[in-house]
Amino acid sequence: QLEHGCALHTAARGGLSSVSSQDVPAERPREVFHTSESDPAKHTEQHEGRLYNIPLEEVKAVFPHGLPYRFQQQIRTFNEARVMVRRPALELLACLKGSNLAHPAVRYVIYGERGTGKTMTLCHVVHYCSRQGWLVLHVPDAHLWVKNCKELLQSSYNKDRLDQPLQASVWLKNFKTSNERFLQEIKTQKKYMWGKQESTEEGRPLGEVVEQGLARVRSASDAVGVVLREIKQQSHRGSFRLLVAVDGVNALWGRTTLRKEDKSPVCPEELTLVHNLRKMVRNDWSGGAIVTTLSQTGSLFQPSSAYTPHELLGKEGFDALDPFVPIPVANYSPREFESCYGYYLERKWLQHEKAHTEDGKAELRFLSGSNPRQLDRLAGPL
Amino acid sequence: TLRLICTTTAVQRKNVGASGPEKYTEAFIKKQIEEFNLGKRHLANMMGEDPETFTQEDIDRAIAYLFPSGLFDKQARPMMKHPTEVFPEQRKIQWGEDGRPFHFLFYTGKQSYYSLMHETYEKFLNVQKHQDQLIAQDLPLQKEKRNLAGSRWLTKIELEEMLLEKLSDDDYSRFIQLLQKLVALPCADIEENYIQKFCKEVPVQLQRVVIEPLQYDEQGVAFSTGEGKRKTARATAIVYDNGTGKITVNGTDILHYFPVLQDREQLLFPFQFLGRIGKHDMVCTVSGGGRSAQAGAIRLASAKALRSFVTEKEVEFMRQAGLLTVDPRVKERKKPGQEGPRRKFTWKKR
Repeated sequence: QLEHGCALHTAARGGLSSVSSQDVPAERPREVFHTSESDPAKHTEQHEGRLYNIPLEEVKAVFPHGLPYRFQQQIRTFNEARVMVRRPALELLACLKGSNLAHPAVRYVIYGERGTGKTMTLCHVVHYCSRQGWLVLHVPDAHLWVKNCKELLQSSYNKDRLDQPLQASVWLKNFKTSNERFLQEIKTQKKYMWGKQESTEEGRPLGEVVEQGLARVRSASDAVGVVLREIKQQSHRGSFRLLVAVDGVNALWGRTTLRKEDKSPVCPEELTLVHNLRKMVRNDWSGGAIVTTLSQTGSLFQPSSAYTPHELLGKEGFDALDPFVPIPVANYSPREFESCYGYYLERKWLQHEKAHTEDGKAELRFLSGSNPRQLDRLAGPL
Repeated sequence: TLRLICTTTAVQRKNVGASGPEKYTEAFIKKQIEEFNLGKRHLANMMGEDPETFTQEDIDRAIAYLFPSGLFDKQARPMMKHPTEVFPEQRKIQWGEDGRPFHFLFYTGKQSYYSLMHETYEKFLNVQKHQDQLIAQDLPLQKEKRNLAGSRWLTKIELEEMLLEKLSDDDYSRFIQLLQKLVALPCADIEENYIQKFCKEVPVQLQRVVIEPLQYDEQGVAFSTGEGKRKTARATAIVYDNGTGKITVNGTDILHYFPVLQDREQLLFPFQFLGRIGKHDMVCTVSGGGRSAQAGAIRLASAKALRSFVTEKEVEFMRQAGLLTVDPRVKERKKPGQEGPRRKFTWKKR
């Protein structure tokens, strides 16, 4: 395994700029857990169970809003972003590489128990696509759009629907950070009116629509709708490839905790953002792929033991998303557990004396049940 | 001075016999015995058994049947026993009709204690004389040491019961020192009979419990079962050998059944103690109680099941660690006049 690490290192040097492992290749079997292969395109089964590094500037550019909160804390503590290469991600990447872009977009649904790494798999795929130059439409958590919304405006575009200016503007800002260059290239194909005076002409770059949404917060949700529609129509042509990555897609078909002014509950269809996103997730366009994750943690009114697509999406969501490619994500395999444990040890995250012993490792494995989230929480106080 | 470190229930009992001179006269005791025998025959008649062959066990069973009681303290339940067991031994009157005491040491106050000390010292001198004789004859001294590990001296309370009079700590320690000096002499075997009166065997706890052997199922994998309980939860556990450390509770994984870390730590404890964390698989069923009670019950059941896989010494270690004892704590009952088992109502001055 040591030779593998070194060979890939030399191979990667010829390829894209990869950040090499910081330490001097030392006596300790550090290379076993890490791979200096920083480009997800080159990840294969050999790299399974190993952690690869994403340079911090890339993290800021590609993931302004996608990573789980605990992972962001970890990045800040360790000063590097290390993502584990796992089998579901490799399968997805293989499917994406082999997919034919002329066909309608294939839908992938990543599902699994709580805390097994679905969001991280999604982020891995997003990183790959952004490296490949796709246009990435990343919705970090669709649940944020159906709960805890302070302001609901009635949409000017369609009287029945409700706008969410805050969430829409936040999303537009992050979208701008992640896809700067596309916003200059893509041009609008229609004229859009924002209220009585402002309008966007045909042929203007999409960046203007985004600016408009950010400047006029009231019409931010409509701006989002416009962006989504334009991108969908233009991906047919093949000038760019589109990846729609939605985390917590079961929020789009569940219930909301929001209420209208007359205290009647709001259905998800009545929210502009949700409505537009549903249109994106339908596979009536081609030239890209749709990767979604189911999430029970943020979901509303769902039992905590539910994790299959059928339970979490409900009948409506299942029918809407059908047909899709399910990708199950499981707890750590023994190999993955070893590499995660080795990483924590090496970064001196586990300070307890007993944690360094074999017994300590067995205890950690038992108590966490090889669940990534449990292991992370357990290793915190140690 | 000797200090009694480990206490048994014998120590906590009060010694009524040594408190003072007679409270019950001999005639009274005789009458009680007659009444007891008569009552025994009546009871046998009532139960339809033969009065001649009615033993004490039959009496106990009959009383438990006729007067059922749910009291926890066995001494508080109705019982019918021979008067000699009920009325503790009393010292008879120590002086005759003319007022002259029988024993020559009566006026010391602790006559039986001092007579005992005199006797023991006599034996001591005997042994020394015998030793001198052997040395004079140049014969080798016998050196068979008594096994002191499995026996202990009588406690102060037991000695008081034997002598029927009160002792002080000082007296007791002096007596034990004398006995030890006696035993230390090489030729003490002569007086073995006398010393045996003051010894008691300490039964090793472990020998009472039987450890079941391992059973083997179809694939040849060894397994063993155990049962455990805690509060109101009852659990059974089946521990298989050659495993990966996977544990299933009522058909679900422990991560799902016990989301709290504390419960999983309880399950981990027996395996961690023996150092066999990843080596055994376990399948358990549990019912009743709450989250903590179920975890404690499974812990006990798994520890009991692991006994069959492990050497006797390790079983002793487990017992001392408290892994094999049933936790006797249950919810205490609420008493009338109080708000809870211990909490009283708020006290108002007026």
